[in-house]
Amino acid sequence: MSIFTREMACQELVELVTAYFEGSLSWSDRRRFRAHIRGCEHCTAYLEQMRLVVEATGRLTGEDIDPTARDELLEAFRGWREGRPEAD
Amino acid sequence: MPLLKRKRGETAHGDDAELVAKLREGDEAAFAELIDRYGATMVRVAQMYVRDRGTAEEVVQETWLAVLNGIDRFEGRSSLKTWLFRILTNRAKTRGERDGRTVPFSSLAGTEEKDEPSVDPDRFLGPDSTQPGAWAAPPRAWPQDEVLERETLGVIEMAIEQLPEAQREVIRLRDVEGWSPMEVANALEITDGNQRVLLHRARSKVRAAIEAYIDPEIAGERR
Repeated sequence: MSIFTREMACQELVELVTAYFEGSLSWSDRRRFRAHIRGCEHCTAYLEQMRLVVEATGRLTGEDIDPTARDELLEAFRGWREGRPEAD
Repeated sequence: MPLLKRKRGETAHGDDAELVAKLREGDEAAFAELIDRYGATMVRVAQMYVRDRGTAEEVVQETWLAVLNGIDRFEGRSSLKTWLFRILTNRAKTRGERDGRTVPFSSLAGTEEKDEPSVDPDRFLGPDSTQPGAWAAPPRAWPQDEVLERETLGVIEMAIEQLPEAQREVIRLRDVEGWSPMEVANALEITDGNQRVLLHRARSKVRAAIEAYIDPEIAGERR
């Protein structure tokens, strides 16, 4: 790490994890982030935890459309189709 | 039933043109696929702007009719999904403003932003220590299998349920339904930076909830 850049503290790093994942950190912050991770097993564990959070959350399933609302929409679709000259 | 088995809300760049062509022909199965894919999400998103679920469902109905009536003019410059949610959000916003509902994103610029540290400050060494901001109560490496098992997923679901509205919706769209940052920013009409801040807070709280469940002695070490 260069003497011209301030070292990143663990407490600062935990605020930047999502920005790091999304590649939206500035070039110098990204460098500081990586340098810190290399030398800090706790933050390495933290980063891995956040990775697992994303993976586990991705295993949840979205809800299904309400069946009544679905029927109503299909009905509305048929109504629209009937009023449409090109449909037949 | 969906024609293709895919995770709800997942972008399907390839089949937009095909779906649009089928809708123009009046193909009901294509329409059914679309409402199965986005219907539940649309009601949830609309509900953030309007006062109740009934109103949200009305806005969703109107949106689909607007989509169908505009389908001949759809040129595919944006994805069908982006177009759909742009129409939805515009309508829901207008409706919510008319009914005097405050949107959850209006507080984004407020002070709340700085008051939400990702990790309890007590877990770090204080300013008088030799290493300010270093871990005092460090996190432990998690056993991956344990995090991904059903019980933990239940903990995550509950943690998401308890999030403030805007954070909850962003983590659902991004991490549960797999939307891109840009799709979320467009659909909710917020900036890329805002969606990232909301997502980060949401993920940090979910992490804390998992830790409290898996490592209660570490999570509870602060006072």
